[in-house]
Amino acid sequence: MAVESNVIDAAGPYDRAKALSAFKLGDVTFYWITRLSAISVLLILGGIIISLIVGAFPAIQQFGISFLWTQRWAPSADPPVLGALGPIYGTLVTSFIAMLIAIPVGLGIAIFLTELCPQWLRRPIGMAVELLAGIPSIIYGMWGFFVLGPFLANTFQPFMIRVFDGVPVLGAIFAGPPSYLSLFNAALILAIMVLPFITSISVDVFKTVPPVLKEAAYGVGCTTWEVVRSVVIPYTRVGIIGGVMLALGRALGETMAVTFIIGNSFRISSSIFAPGTTISAAIASEFAESDGLHQSGLILLGLLLFVLTFFVLAAARLMLLRLETKAGK
Amino acid sequence: MSEMSVSVSAPTVHPGSQPLPEAPAKVTARNLNFYYGDHHALKNINLALGTNRVTAFIGPSGCGKSTLLRIFNRMYDLYPGQRADGQLLLDHTNILDPKLDLNLLRARVGMVFQKPTPFPMTIYENIAFGIRLYEKISKSEMDGRVEKALRGGALWNEVKDKLNASGLSLSGGQQQRLCIARTVAVRPEVILFDEPCSALDPISTAKVEELIQELSENYTIAIVTHNMQQAARVSDKTAFMYLGELIEFDDTSKIFTSPSDRRTQDYITGRFG
Repeated sequence: MAVESNVIDAAGPYDRAKALSAFKLGDVTFYWITRLSAISVLLILGGIIISLIVGAFPAIQQFGISFLWTQRWAPSADPPVLGALGPIYGTLVTSFIAMLIAIPVGLGIAIFLTELCPQWLRRPIGMAVELLAGIPSIIYGMWGFFVLGPFLANTFQPFMIRVFDGVPVLGAIFAGPPSYLSLFNAALILAIMVLPFITSISVDVFKTVPPVLKEAAYGVGCTTWEVVRSVVIPYTRVGIIGGVMLALGRALGETMAVTFIIGNSFRISSSIFAPGTTISAAIASEFAESDGLHQSGLILLGLLLFVLTFFVLAAARLMLLRLETKAGK
Repeated sequence: MSEMSVSVSAPTVHPGSQPLPEAPAKVTARNLNFYYGDHHALKNINLALGTNRVTAFIGPSGCGKSTLLRIFNRMYDLYPGQRADGQLLLDHTNILDPKLDLNLLRARVGMVFQKPTPFPMTIYENIAFGIRLYEKISKSEMDGRVEKALRGGALWNEVKDKLNASGLSLSGGQQQRLCIARTVAVRPEVILFDEPCSALDPISTAKVEELIQELSENYTIAIVTHNMQQAARVSDKTAFMYLGELIEFDDTSKIFTSPSDRRTQDYITGRFG
C-alpha cells in the first residue's frame, strides 16, 4: 500500500505538468480561434464598407450631396442624371406601412397564442406562423403580382377612393389610376413577410414573464387585456422592440418580392397605389445592364441603404437605452 | 421574537394571545375537493375563516396548503385541467360559481405571493394601478389613496421621496410590503398570504409579521407558512394539513400546546416535514 502511494506521488507531478501543458496549448489555440472569428466580423464589415465607398466614388464625385434630393433618374441622358430621392422615399414608405400593419397584427397573434388560445389551437397557429417565415420571397412576389395586385387595383383602391374622395390629405394618398404594381402592394407583402419575425419573437419574450407576476396582476382583479397591457408588454418591451427592429431591418432590405410588385418607377407620387421603387429593388432590376456612372450610382444607393439600416438600428438602441433609464433599471 | 432560534420543541405561543372569541365566518369551505387533472389534491376540506381573524395553514411541502389558498380567489382558473368541487362561500357568495365575475372576486380576495411581485412600473403606479381598475378618481384623491395604502403597507416613510422610482428598485422586503400595500389599496375583505416571508431576511420578516397583525383588525387573513414560529406568532387559528387532508383546525394556542392529533404533534415538534 505504502509503496504504491509512493509510486503515485513520484509520478503525479510529472504527469500533471504534462497534462496541463497540453491543456495550455488547447487553451491558446481556442483563444486564437475565437479571437480570429470575432475579428473576421470586423474585417468583413470594413471590407464591405470600403468596397461600397470605392465603387460609389465616381457617383459621389459627379452628383455630390444633391444625389439625396434629386428625384430624376436618367442614366441614359447626356450627361446622366441620377437622384436617390425616389428609392429612398419608396423604401421608407413601404417599410413604414408594412410595420404599421405588421406590428399590431403580429403582437395580436402573439398575445392570443400565449394568453388566450385554447391548447389544441396553439400548435396549428404556431406552426402556420413558422411556415409563413419559411416561404421563399419570390413566392410572395408572385402571389402579390397575380392575386393581391388585381384585388387591390380592382376592388380595394376604388373602394378607398370612393370613401375618401375629396378628403384633403387622404384623398391624395389613395388617388390615381388603378395599377397592379404599387407601393401599397409591396408594403402589404412586406407586412406579411415580417409578421412571423414579430410574432415568434414576441411569443418567446411573452413566455419569459414569470407566471407569478401575471397571477399577481390577476390577483388585484385585472382582466386579461389589462394584464397584457400593464404587465406583460411593459415587462417584455425590450424584447418586443428587438423583434420589431429585426423585422424593420428585413423590410428595408427585402429585394425579390418587392422588385416583382413595386413597378420600378423613380417618380414620387402622393398616392400609395402608384408604382414606385425601393433602393434594393432599383439595384436588383438595373444592376445587370448598368455600367460606368450608372453602376456607380447604384452602388451609392446600396451604400445609402447600409447607412439607413445603420441609423434605424442605432435609433432602436437609443430608444432602448432611454426606456431602461426611465424604468430605473 | 427571535427568528433565529431553532428549537426542536414546539414553538411557544407568545404570551397574551389568549384565544379570541369565536368570530363569524367570512369564508366557509364545506366538503371542498380539488383536482390537478386526475390527481386528487385536496380531500373533503371543511373549515371557516373567522372575520378579521388570522388563520395560518401549516403542513409539510405538497400537503395542499397553497392549493387551498389558490381556491379562495379562483387563481387556479388560469390553468386548464385544474378544478374544484364542493362548496366554498365568501359571506353568501359561492366562490366556485362558474358564472362569478372573477375580477370582482379577486378585488374582494387579495393575494400576496411568496416572491415579491412588483409590476414593471413606478412605486406610485404599482399602487394606483389596482385602484384605477375599479374607481375613477381625481389626481389629488389618488395621491391620498396611494399614501394611505403605502402607510398601510408600512412603507410610506421609506419611499415617500421616490414615488416615481421603479418598483423593482426596492429591496426584497420593501417590494413585499409594496405588494401588500398594493393589495390593501384595492380595499379587499380577505387577504391571502402565500408564504409571504420565505424570500425575506429576518428584519423584513418581522416587519411583515407586524403588518399582518395590524391588518387583521380590518381584514380577514389567511396565511400559508413553513415557519411554525411565524404561525404561532401571527395567527389566531391554525390549520394543520397533511397529504391533502385537513388534519386539525383549532385555536393556535391549542394546536401548538396540546394538539389532539398524533400527526400534528409530530409535525410541530419537528419529527417529520
